Amino acid sequence: MNIPFSGQIINMCAALLLLIAFAMLSQRRILSLINLFALQGLILAVSTSVVAYSSHQVHLYYSAALTLLLKAVALPLILHRLIRKLNVKWDVETLFNIPTTMLAGLALVVFAFNLAAPISQMAGTITKSTLGIAMASVLLSFLMMITRSKAVPQVVGFLAMENGLFFAATSATYGMPMVVELGIALDVLVGMLILGIFFFQIRTAFDSLDLEHMEKLKED
Amino acid sequence: MEILWVLLVPLFGGLLLAVFGTRRFAPELNSAASFCTLVAAAALASRVVAGGAFTAWDEQFFVDAFNVFLVALTAFVGFTTSLFSRPYMRIEQHHGKLTANMLRLYYSMYQLFSFTMLLALLTNNMGILWVAMEAATLTTVLLVSLYRTPASLEAAWKYFILCGVGIAQALFGTILLYFAAEKVLGAGGTALLWTHLNAVKTDIDPTVLSLAFVFLLVGYGTKVGLAPLHNWLPDAHAEGPTPVSAVLSGLLLNVALYAVVRSKVLVDGALGTRFAGDLMIGFGLLSVVMAAFFLSRQKDVKRMFAYSSIEHMGLMTFAFGMGGPVATFAALLHMTVHSLTKSAIFFAVGHAAQESGTQLMEGIRGLIKTSPTVGWGLALGTLAILGMPPFGVFTSEFMIITTAMHGYPWAMPFLLAALGVAFAAIFGRMQLMVFGETAGARLPHPPALLPVFAHLALVLMLGLYIPPYLAEWYRQAAALIG
Repeated sequence: MNIPFSGQIINMCAALLLLIAFAMLSQRRILSLINLFALQGLILAVSTSVVAYSSHQVHLYYSAALTLLLKAVALPLILHRLIRKLNVKWDVETLFNIPTTMLAGLALVVFAFNLAAPISQMAGTITKSTLGIAMASVLLSFLMMITRSKAVPQVVGFLAMENGLFFAATSATYGMPMVVELGIALDVLVGMLILGIFFFQIRTAFDSLDLEHMEKLKED
Repeated sequence: MEILWVLLVPLFGGLLLAVFGTRRFAPELNSAASFCTLVAAAALASRVVAGGAFTAWDEQFFVDAFNVFLVALTAFVGFTTSLFSRPYMRIEQHHGKLTANMLRLYYSMYQLFSFTMLLALLTNNMGILWVAMEAATLTTVLLVSLYRTPASLEAAWKYFILCGVGIAQALFGTILLYFAAEKVLGAGGTALLWTHLNAVKTDIDPTVLSLAFVFLLVGYGTKVGLAPLHNWLPDAHAEGPTPVSAVLSGLLLNVALYAVVRSKVLVDGALGTRFAGDLMIGFGLLSVVMAAFFLSRQKDVKRMFAYSSIEHMGLMTFAFGMGGPVATFAALLHMTVHSLTKSAIFFAVGHAAQESGTQLMEGIRGLIKTSPTVGWGLALGTLAILGMPPFGVFTSEFMIITTAMHGYPWAMPFLLAALGVAFAAIFGRMQLMVFGETAGARLPHPPALLPVFAHLALVLMLGLYIPPYLAEWYRQAAALIG
């Protein structure tokens, strides 16, 4: 099978994204986690611009630029500032059973590829083979959110999930209409700012960002 | 033109209140902005009643009988809630629970929240619908945590994470919808416009579309509060300030259900089967039954009524799922009466909790003695929400149940048992709260109970007599939804 050079680059980007998703799943340091998230944003921007170049979709250049600005620069910067101000920069989380989590992650990847197979067969884009990876990274971020007990890593997982969805949109359909993408970006940015305020409120009330303190509201 | 006003007034109201929110006149400014929104919504409604559905701004906005009715309802309840929050928030400030800066945040976010809901209702673009729903979550997160107590922060965090993850599913559903539609409508802006999708729905690939609907239902269903995705709802309602509980329950849940129904119209039309409707029936019935049994275990009054909201949203989802002119008419009527009644109940409950100094039902006693209007408001509101005959909730529930008896007789035992359990649970507790001995103190500011009785009067009217233009309106909307 002869894949054009740009297609090979896109596939490599997709593979890197999957690798990063696994790395995030097992990363215990908050600082490294944010750096991984920034790298994910960067690769997403690179792959989007390669897709734009090879498919001659002009609007994808804008969306690649937006991704670069928002996900590789703005959000990581905000997160870095936050963890410095909250004094959790060198925090290390105790994660139980990293091997089991990785195995569960592998199962999710297989599931995602099976789920994506009928859809990617219908897609006419050059990126259709990467749809499975996009879905896998959505599910892996979801798994990461479940396994984390601290506020900042949960939010990073949430943002990584959004990255996965964005990748799914570019690989299945060459991206959503520009107005929608702008709206989503605005939501993500505003959400991040609100969460920033929210972290400080949580720290003032609980003296830590550990979500284990926040399990009081339950049905008894 | 009217659409622009409906959206711009709350947007600028929110910005103005972000600046002037600490001034003495902030509550009045808030009410004035909500009143102007209501006037604009009324103008929009009268235009649609006179001239029928239309699109505006390159078809980015779309108004038909279904959404204009929700716009009018949202603007109305938004206005009455702003009237209620004026004395309520003053009392909270008097009790030292809120500072001037927190109030500024509240007023500003209240208007922006109205803006996001109205945008979600009016937009024709399924992508913008998603963006507006997510923005509605974001504007209310800080309102739920307004008191900064550990419990309210926990509730807000749960609300943000669960709704955020839920709504991410809806984004994936929207991507799939776009993916399927793009093959028919071509890439670019029009493939997410609901009117275009609706016109070509029979040509869209059914497999992808049904997969998309599952994601959309789970995603927006989280915001509707459908079981088993409802966990955020009781916490957010109980821990946030009461006006926020009233608009969350009375308005936001409706808007989320609106998003589900819009998707259902596309999917069932395209598939020619009852796939979407059946899924909604299942989720709806599960919510009704689950909520009824949790209701009887609640100690906190706002939590109890939050579960009652889950029950009623489940009932509406069930009715929309059944489809057909009668069930859809009943579901639309139920949307109206539930949002009026539930917000009235929250208004009364808010003042009752302020008087007793607690939200726990064992601490709220003898309301009818300390302030008869609050007591009567709560008693009548509870009777209305339980579906007692002269009120409108009875009419809509009766229509839903008679339709279900024909089409889905197997659902009857579940529905009736759940409604019975809910009745027993709420009625018994309401009696104890309203009557009996009390040691409650009088409120430092006179409570605003005009909204409570205005809402209940409307619900009573809808139970006895539905004005012909309103009935026609529901009928048109029901015909659109099918």
